[in-house]
Amino acid sequence: MKINNLINHTTEWLRGTGPNSDVVISTRIRLARNLTGFPFPHKAGKIQSGEILKTIKTIVSSVDLLKKTTVFALSELSGIDRQFLVERHLMSLEFARASNNKAIIIDDEEILAIMVNEEDHLRIQVVQSGFNLFEVFNIINKVDDILSQEVNFAFLPDWGYLTTCPTNTGTGMRASVMLHLPALVMSNSINRILEAIAKLSFTTRGLYGEGTKAHGNFFQVSNQVSLGHTEEEILQNLNGLIRQVIGQEKSMREVLLSRNHAFLEDRIWRAFGILKSAHLISSEELIELLSMVRLGVDLGMIKEINARTVNELFLITQPAHLQKIEEKKLSARERDLKRAEVLRQKLQ
Amino acid sequence: MLCDLCGKNQATVHLTEIVDGAISELHLCEGCAHKKSTEMEQQFGLADLLAGLAQFTEKPDEEKLGAQLKCPKCGFSYQDFKKIGRLGCPQCYIIFKRYLNPLLKRIHGSTQHRGKVPLKVSGRGKKKAGLLELRLRLQKAIEEEAFEEAAQLRDQIKRLEKNENK
Repeated sequence: MKINNLINHTTEWLRGTGPNSDVVISTRIRLARNLTGFPFPHKAGKIQSGEILKTIKTIVSSVDLLKKTTVFALSELSGIDRQFLVERHLMSLEFARASNNKAIIIDDEEILAIMVNEEDHLRIQVVQSGFNLFEVFNIINKVDDILSQEVNFAFLPDWGYLTTCPTNTGTGMRASVMLHLPALVMSNSINRILEAIAKLSFTTRGLYGEGTKAHGNFFQVSNQVSLGHTEEEILQNLNGLIRQVIGQEKSMREVLLSRNHAFLEDRIWRAFGILKSAHLISSEELIELLSMVRLGVDLGMIKEINARTVNELFLITQPAHLQKIEEKKLSARERDLKRAEVLRQKLQ
Repeated sequence: MLCDLCGKNQATVHLTEIVDGAISELHLCEGCAHKKSTEMEQQFGLADLLAGLAQFTEKPDEEKLGAQLKCPKCGFSYQDFKKIGRLGCPQCYIIFKRYLNPLLKRIHGSTQHRGKVPLKVSGRGKKKAGLLELRLRLQKAIEEEAFEEAAQLRDQIKRLEKNENK
């Protein structure tokens, strides 16, 4: 598999299908793991991090479950390629910045990604479209079990998996659900929901994880606590919480439909109109508008396109994706032009 | 009490050693304790024993002493951890245990892992996992002033480490 082949298909988590996919975009779980006998990545020397990478590469090439994967050394990826993978949520922004003995292992379906020498030696991630916490956990648990037979993970009975940052100690697990909550935002009830989420010690972040703003009514909710509960308990709690939020969003959509029908229709069709006819459009504006169009599709107002197309647009109009399509570096202005052109083509 | 080694400075570190059943006590000043710890580390990696002792004899200055704690495995100090919020290596968890316990409690509301356990560890890994646990038990024994148990654990660790280096 080559990075350039990825551009031709929509990444798994944006398939737009799966349980509750009208509100939940994707479900993601990551596990932080470290190898015994090595310093954590920020403290490891070149030789040590090289050894870790070599070990992991050997395992990947010999284990059946991991055979359909490709290892990309970060040092061999251009800046645009790295950003491209960040936009596809296959690696973190922080990881993309430095390249020393870092690698990312991606399976052909883009469900599994393993970052090597990120904040921890291994960051295993599984992502799926829709709301599937337990299915996603089953997949990642299998991968983790296989790896744990091949290498020795740093682990203490009292404290569980030992991670670089004590905020991940224990299960090393972070489960996040990406939600699209336009009705809760429009009705000004989102803050009440976000406060309730925080009180239950879950965190809310923007589209691209830590430190990013919530754009276009997209919110990522994840567990904060990783020690003291089993993986199942953490997932059960998150599952219950997300079910509540989905219920609230859905009933608010009903309220808007019945009481503010004209207002809602106006917002949605205007957004669709701008996307179809703009000649210059920034990614911030695009996300806000696509969010409205996505709502229109989910409510059955817009029938010309489906959720998958909206998701595809969402992805291919990101800066690095546009530059991959154009096969050259584009300035911000050129990107705004190209973005509008791609939209007009796809929405004709 | 003056230091047993240099006889000049006030002894602040008190070490009880048990070798083949014979108990000997050593009272050291900070400087000599440091020298001794480097010496002992080369012998049987017991710098943590000294550090542990230093801690409970100097409770009022705990933070100050904690600041001087250093992981013998990766050289990361507790001070470094406080600065960047990241540990240097898995071993740091054991060395800084005393300080990490309340921190983990604050972050997670618990200090007891209840989740999954690695499926299988290889022979070498088992030995290593064993070492980690033994070191942890040693730390605890020292904290509880159970010196006989500590000495047994120390000898066990010593044996394991010897085997590992073969």
